Amino acid sequence: MTSLFWKEINAFFTNLTGYVIMAVFLAALGLIVWVFPGTSVLEYGFSDLEALFSYTPMVFMFLIPAITMRMIAEEKKSGTWELLMTSPLPVWQIMLAKYLATLVLIALTLLPTLVYYYSIVQLGDPVGNIDSAGFFGAFIGLLLMGAAMASIGMFSSSLTDNQIVAFVIGVFTSFMLYIGLSAMAELSGQWGYLLENISLSYHYESMSKGVIGAENVFYFAAFIGCILTVTWGIISKK
Amino acid sequence: MSIEVNNLSKFYGQQKALDGISFQAKPGQILGFLGPNGAGKSTMMKIATGFLLPDQGDVIIRGVSVTKHPQVVSKMVGYLPEHNPLYLDMYIPEFLSFMGGLYQLKGKDLANKVSRVMEECGLMPEKTKKIGQLSKGYRQRVGLAKTLVHDPAIIILDEPTTGLDPNQLVEIRKLIKTISINKTLVLSTHIMQEVEAICEKVVIIHRGKIVAQDLLQNLTATEKGFTFVLATEETLDMEWFSAFTLSDLKVLASNRFLIRTPDPQLFRKQALNLIQERQLNLVELKQENKNLEAVFHELTQKPV
Repeated sequence: MTSLFWKEINAFFTNLTGYVIMAVFLAALGLIVWVFPGTSVLEYGFSDLEALFSYTPMVFMFLIPAITMRMIAEEKKSGTWELLMTSPLPVWQIMLAKYLATLVLIALTLLPTLVYYYSIVQLGDPVGNIDSAGFFGAFIGLLLMGAAMASIGMFSSSLTDNQIVAFVIGVFTSFMLYIGLSAMAELSGQWGYLLENISLSYHYESMSKGVIGAENVFYFAAFIGCILTVTWGIISKK
Repeated sequence: MSIEVNNLSKFYGQQKALDGISFQAKPGQILGFLGPNGAGKSTMMKIATGFLLPDQGDVIIRGVSVTKHPQVVSKMVGYLPEHNPLYLDMYIPEFLSFMGGLYQLKGKDLANKVSRVMEECGLMPEKTKKIGQLSKGYRQRVGLAKTLVHDPAIIILDEPTTGLDPNQLVEIRKLIKTISINKTLVLSTHIMQEVEAICEKVVIIHRGKIVAQDLLQNLTATEKGFTFVLATEETLDMEWFSAFTLSDLKVLASNRFLIRTPDPQLFRKQALNLIQERQLNLVELKQENKNLEAVFHELTQKPV
């Protein structure tokens, strides 16, 4: 399983697309957090990074399907899927290795944003005037959000052997679960509460302020578990 | 038995890809799996390697069922799928180590096995290249090296020589022959010469059913007499042959007949007499050897 895990990490970095995805992600976030007038921290005037935490999921919606789209779809298209499936590795390990590799890649992409934290620490008046616990709490929330969207990406990649289709399905599903459900909750009266509760944004919201509630962590764990189980069901069908 | 295929059936929707196939391969045997395109060769091999599940029947590899214990079986089997899928971005040793890792080889053992198969498959001169840069022949060698890296007792190759040029073909065939020493090998192909060059046993399938399975020498032995093709410039008449001792006569064209006879010497004399009597202009009088190709045509052209 480790061999497949490292293969996925290597494949990401030996390919130009890996760097492009990372660069675009960081450029988009940098613009949102530091430059664009509506959202810039500098303009906002308070030493916190709320902009980072409220806009990153939007960027994730595109970034993560771009990382995961090739995971299964490309292997199916090139036929190498057959090499993996006829190896002694059980299907769930194949999926898990790929999923864990995705998580590591997301964490690596997110890592440079820690510089933002340092910048705000330095910019604060007095220096160091920032709610550090709040920041790191929200950062963990962001990682959980990434993990949830990674599971959606794996799922959509397992549906097809076309990377573009996998990407589009991934973006759309993430969009529906993140924004779509809470918007629908407002539209539909009696089901509103339920819809709100199963949407990603509802559980992410309090985390983005730095509060790690057990029920929210449990929600994310259950969400990821469900989607990966469905994915496992799809890819182990022979 | 090394490989036992028992009453295997597979359906794709309404279409029957495999229909009750059974055959066996003994240890050390090279078995040629023949059939026209779409006959079900690849499906059979995908089931034997655990990539697909059969709708009926089972494949037993060295006493272990593929459907029940695919992981156990996969360690004993080296499989080269059709079209030889490879990771084109990887270097050859990197790819082989990765594949070895999937088969739970580690450290020194893995490194030794990788260099051994690279030596065996003649990949050493190309070891600094990425797989994407290699010619088709060398890619095929990488594919073969990959099937050998975990030292399997059974090798399954799905059309290993399609798309190669004549020189590469000879080289890869030679390589297949050397790697198959002390191993059981199943090889699918639609190239007859290949089977005649390498295989001991032949299984021919057509539309999902086995139409022949036997040792190569038994299959090519003549059963129905000797076959001739007779062609002249003039149109031939069936009645001219009524006095001949023939077992079969087929009209290929108005001036070209396919003739089967139990007595070739007599037929040749009679044919030449006929040509002299009728003042015909002879174009061709040829005795056809009953080779595997003829057997194949015969068995796979009739509807099942």
